[in-house]
Amino acid sequence: MTSEPIPRPFVIFAAFAAALFLLPLLGLLVRFPWGEAAGALTSPEILTAAGLSLVTSLGATALSLLLGVPLAVVYARARFRGLRVIRALTTLPMVLPPVVGGVALLVAFGRRGVVGQFLDSAFGIRIPFTTAAAILAATFVAMPFLVLTVEAGLRSMDRRYEEAARSLGADRWTVFRRVTLPLIAPSVYAGAVLCWARALGEFGATITFAGNVPGSTQTLPLAVYLALETRPEAAIALSLVLLLLSLVVLVALRDRYLPTS
Amino acid sequence: MLNADIQLRLGTLDLDAAIDAAPGEIVALLGPNGAGKTTFIRAVAGLLRADRARVVLDGAVLEDTAAGVRLPTERRPIGVVFQQHLLFPHLSVLENVAFGLRARHRPDAHAAALAWLERIGLATYANARPAALSGGEAQRVALARALAIDPRLLLLDEPLSALDATARVALRRELRRHLASFNGARLLVTHDPLEAAALADRLVILEGGRVVQSGPVDEVTRHPRSRFVADLVGVNLVRGRAEGGVIVLQGGQHLTALDAGEGDVFAVIHPRSVAIHRTHPEGTPRNVWPGTIRSVDLLGDRARVAIEGTLAIVAEVTASAVRDLDLRERAEVWVSVKAAEVGVYPA
Repeated sequence: MTSEPIPRPFVIFAAFAAALFLLPLLGLLVRFPWGEAAGALTSPEILTAAGLSLVTSLGATALSLLLGVPLAVVYARARFRGLRVIRALTTLPMVLPPVVGGVALLVAFGRRGVVGQFLDSAFGIRIPFTTAAAILAATFVAMPFLVLTVEAGLRSMDRRYEEAARSLGADRWTVFRRVTLPLIAPSVYAGAVLCWARALGEFGATITFAGNVPGSTQTLPLAVYLALETRPEAAIALSLVLLLLSLVVLVALRDRYLPTS
Repeated sequence: MLNADIQLRLGTLDLDAAIDAAPGEIVALLGPNGAGKTTFIRAVAGLLRADRARVVLDGAVLEDTAAGVRLPTERRPIGVVFQQHLLFPHLSVLENVAFGLRARHRPDAHAAALAWLERIGLATYANARPAALSGGEAQRVALARALAIDPRLLLLDEPLSALDATARVALRRELRRHLASFNGARLLVTHDPLEAAALADRLVILEGGRVVQSGPVDEVTRHPRSRFVADLVGVNLVRGRAEGGVIVLQGGQHLTALDAGEGDVFAVIHPRSVAIHRTHPEGTPRNVWPGTIRSVDLLGDRARVAIEGTLAIVAEVTASAVRDLDLRERAEVWVSVKAAEVGVYPA
């Protein structure tokens, strides 16, 4: 395998770029507290945070599937005024600083928020600083990944299969359930994995909207951040665990995001 | 009995066609690409919204834009065999055939589907995915899937086009046998004249969105009424007005014919009746004009020579004539046709 000649300056800059990513990863490995890792990872507060992260990230993924797949269908198939604007606004969280998302959620669903006030007075429901808030914050930042992926799947699928199903007497719901959904399953799967990974790593919106309450809103990323001050070895151990998890996600989606040689 | 009258504009296509099909009849909708054949049957199936449509099947009005009636595709008793078959790739062969029955909540869907698979000799593939089927097998499954819902009309869109040429001949015969087992009306879209002639009782020729001719296969080929059919049959076709034994063509040229009659007529000239000369011919031929050879195609011991001139025409001559007269592209020649060789019939 020989590569074609590349200008020397490019090679140097490319090496720096790669180092920027590889050195921190190397650092984690070098400083990994091999002796204390097991103890640090199984301490009660870490286990609690891990369990909570599992609940919030899976909850956010489930909520994103429930709401995001229909949203993707509307984006891919519906035509009405303002659709493009709505689509742009719901995609915004992908590029928005998560802290801003957290503030916005607080303003909307906080106790004195536009919707939160009503929820409190009418139903006695208070979302902020609960696990529900952590799920909501994670959904807010992660759902666009699912929506965009599923929408792309819907746009690229062969719609003649839907016509064939309709010609056989299937109503629209049956067509969606038995033909459309199975045909876009790879996109739904990829979108759900991406969404879950993003939800698992969520920090800014969560700490702003849901707070940092151990046991109910302190997820793994929050626990890592706090542990860095008191027990750095636990933070490093956890970071490596999260890193390996991300690697698993990348491998699971390799067909989509890694070029095949 | 199907009566379908469809009018719609779609891009450059301006479709306005009415087609009937009797129960038990196989009608082939034949025409060049872009003539609107597929668009027509898609509108009949309700997959496409026409500007104006009236579709009546066995007395039931499926669509009548004037009356504001429009049944959605899923409620029309119409089976469709699509181009490329479109078997659902994620479902087993059995589930594909059972799909329509399950959509109708028939409790015996799987048993009925299995019976269909046995009938077409593919019961062993019941649990296989469509990807495991050959082109011909996939076509049989597509047909069984469409017929399993017991439709009153069967629409077939280029049913053999997804198959390679060698398989097509055998499968055409097989398709004809399977089509015969269905007693409703059948409307088949094809651009392949052989397929149309082999499968259909009646041809409907669609050109530029209009029905230009309709009738039994032999009648259509004997009296072409369009350039498409004439090219198909391999004859020269012109149109004009007959006046006292002379036909004045649309381009202003004159053509002498026996029994020309009067009024609007078609004239056909068989390529074998066209003679080519290097000098102005002597003798009796009534129709003589100069021209330039555009192309010479050798087919065994015969050659088709296309000649441009006051009247563009194709001649069929022997290969030895091509050598003797030195017929080649851009050669200047004289063309002659005897009046008795010009076939005329009313337009």
